[in-house]
Amino acid sequence: MSDMLELVGLVVDLPGPGGAVRVVDGVSFDIPPATTVGLIGESGSGKTMTANAIIGLLPDGATTGGALCWRGDDLLRVDRRRRRRVRGREIAMIFQDPLAALNPTQTIARQVGEILRRDGLDRDEVRRRVVDLLDRAGIPEPARRLNNYPHEFSGGMRQRAMIALALAGNPALLLADEPTTALDVTVQARILRLLRTIQESEGLAMLLVSHDLRVVAHVAHQVVVMYAGRVAERGPTATVLRRPAHPYTRALVDSVPAIRTRTALAHPLPGTPATPANRPAGCAFHPRCPLARERCRTEQPAVRSVAPDHWTACHFAEEIADRV
Amino acid sequence: MIRVIVKRLLVGVLVMWGAASLIFLIVRVAPGDPATILLGPDADPAQIAELTTRLGLDQPKLTQYVHFLADVARFDFGESYRLGRPAMSEVLTRLPATAELMLTSTAIAVVFGVTLGLLAGARPGRMVDRVVSASTIALQSFPTFWVGIMLILVFALWLGVLPSADAGTPAHLVLPAVTLALPFTATVARLTRTSVAETMREPYIQTARSKGLTEPQVLLGHALRNSLIPVVTIVGLHMGGLMGGAVIVENVFAWPGLGSLIVDAVAGRDYEVVQAATFLIAGIVMLFNLVADLLYSRLDPRIKLDTVS
Repeated sequence: MSDMLELVGLVVDLPGPGGAVRVVDGVSFDIPPATTVGLIGESGSGKTMTANAIIGLLPDGATTGGALCWRGDDLLRVDRRRRRRVRGREIAMIFQDPLAALNPTQTIARQVGEILRRDGLDRDEVRRRVVDLLDRAGIPEPARRLNNYPHEFSGGMRQRAMIALALAGNPALLLADEPTTALDVTVQARILRLLRTIQESEGLAMLLVSHDLRVVAHVAHQVVVMYAGRVAERGPTATVLRRPAHPYTRALVDSVPAIRTRTALAHPLPGTPATPANRPAGCAFHPRCPLARERCRTEQPAVRSVAPDHWTACHFAEEIADRV
Repeated sequence: MIRVIVKRLLVGVLVMWGAASLIFLIVRVAPGDPATILLGPDADPAQIAELTTRLGLDQPKLTQYVHFLADVARFDFGESYRLGRPAMSEVLTRLPATAELMLTSTAIAVVFGVTLGLLAGARPGRMVDRVVSASTIALQSFPTFWVGIMLILVFALWLGVLPSADAGTPAHLVLPAVTLALPFTATVARLTRTSVAETMREPYIQTARSKGLTEPQVLLGHALRNSLIPVVTIVGLHMGGLMGGAVIVENVFAWPGLGSLIVDAVAGRDYEVVQAATFLIAGIVMLFNLVADLLYSRLDPRIKLDTVS
């Protein structure tokens, strides 16, 4: 009964016009307790589908494979009732666009307190806890904002309300899907800081899904890099960003513009991202890879360890360091 | 809130003025000299001239219009020559029966329409959805008078469980109310279905699911209210349209309401009654629209009434 979530060869197939499309293809990694794991990749890399699979909210017709080990169960095989009880109370989720993710016709208090109300707490107790939750999420004068509607909140306040909502069920694992993408740049940093503070003070495990390396660099202890539905590289954040062991990670790091120097212009990634529906044979990254050779076109690289806790899916990872 | 209602009612007065003007115009554009028609083919010219003067038809159109508006403002629509009573009071005595019929039909349509629409829209493409979608198309396609006659045939003649005509007991209400409600129910069901299916794709439905709610809890707690916003508008508009259906249904079932009164009045060239009834119906339709708008802003806190009008 460990509070560690283990993804073991997770597979997600979505129905498509030309048959099923494998959007998540054998993804394995762990989210240890009290740890933030950053899940990074371009759009279509399968990172959001991975998060949706964990909370069990995949689109109609999706099929899954592999295993999601959580507190002694495989979440892909438990009955629907247990699966539902996990949602919100053990694993909660924060969505990308807080305005769309909040119900426009219900007050903030009603939405944040819904789990508590359905658990049978009396009105005063629910109210007291909602005020406390909003306060922890950094909403000023929470008691006065209870009867506000989402459209009466600013973007940052909405995401804070969303965070309060996710914390209401007292979860052990928080999934945050691009939690700052829809927000103003000035607000993004504050929301990230809040997430980090909450993660640390409550001892939560957190999966931070993002396309933005800088977001992950600031908050995550570990990073998982995904490309075309597969894990490209994973390891401790500092190691992965400083000594990438996959050409794709390397390219991602190089594509981030450095703000303090005028000379170091970003190197954008050449080519277009592979999509799960149109995944190249062998290593999915080979058409864009500077190291690619014949073996990469035919043989899909296995995920292998290059250092303790540092894993890569590249045949020639050892050559990356030489090519600085 | 009160201020908005008062403002809307003042606008309503303007609408009613427009309605009165239209009624005035249409009655006078209709072919034939009213005095000649009223007195019939056997009347002699002296009688016609006398009635023309009495009705004020010899005066200039503008004078007639001003007199007409003054009468309308006093709710005076003249006397029905057929019934020998003030037209408006005759209309008002028939109003409760029609209101009973309309409100019952609306209640049936809303309860069954929303329920069916909710069941179908929760899972688009599934069995329930296909059955509801197909049967509502059928219901919308049958003409009202035919449905009414079929219901009389089955329930009054063959089964003998319900009376086919007249009014008085709740049993008398069943067949005409159901006849009137069937196409309305279908409209509400189809609209609710589309609206629910659309709402269920909203991100906040995923949020609700991520709280560990059951699918019925998501549907009733988060999707229903938001789906009802367009439905309320259509119900409000459709209740006005129900008057048209009531005219037919009341005649099929000999229901003593406004609809049968209007048909008799039109057939008998009883202009006073036609004008009074038309004016009253216009007022009722206007009120329903106002109520729908008020409900609209109650359902969706983002809508401010001031911007709706």
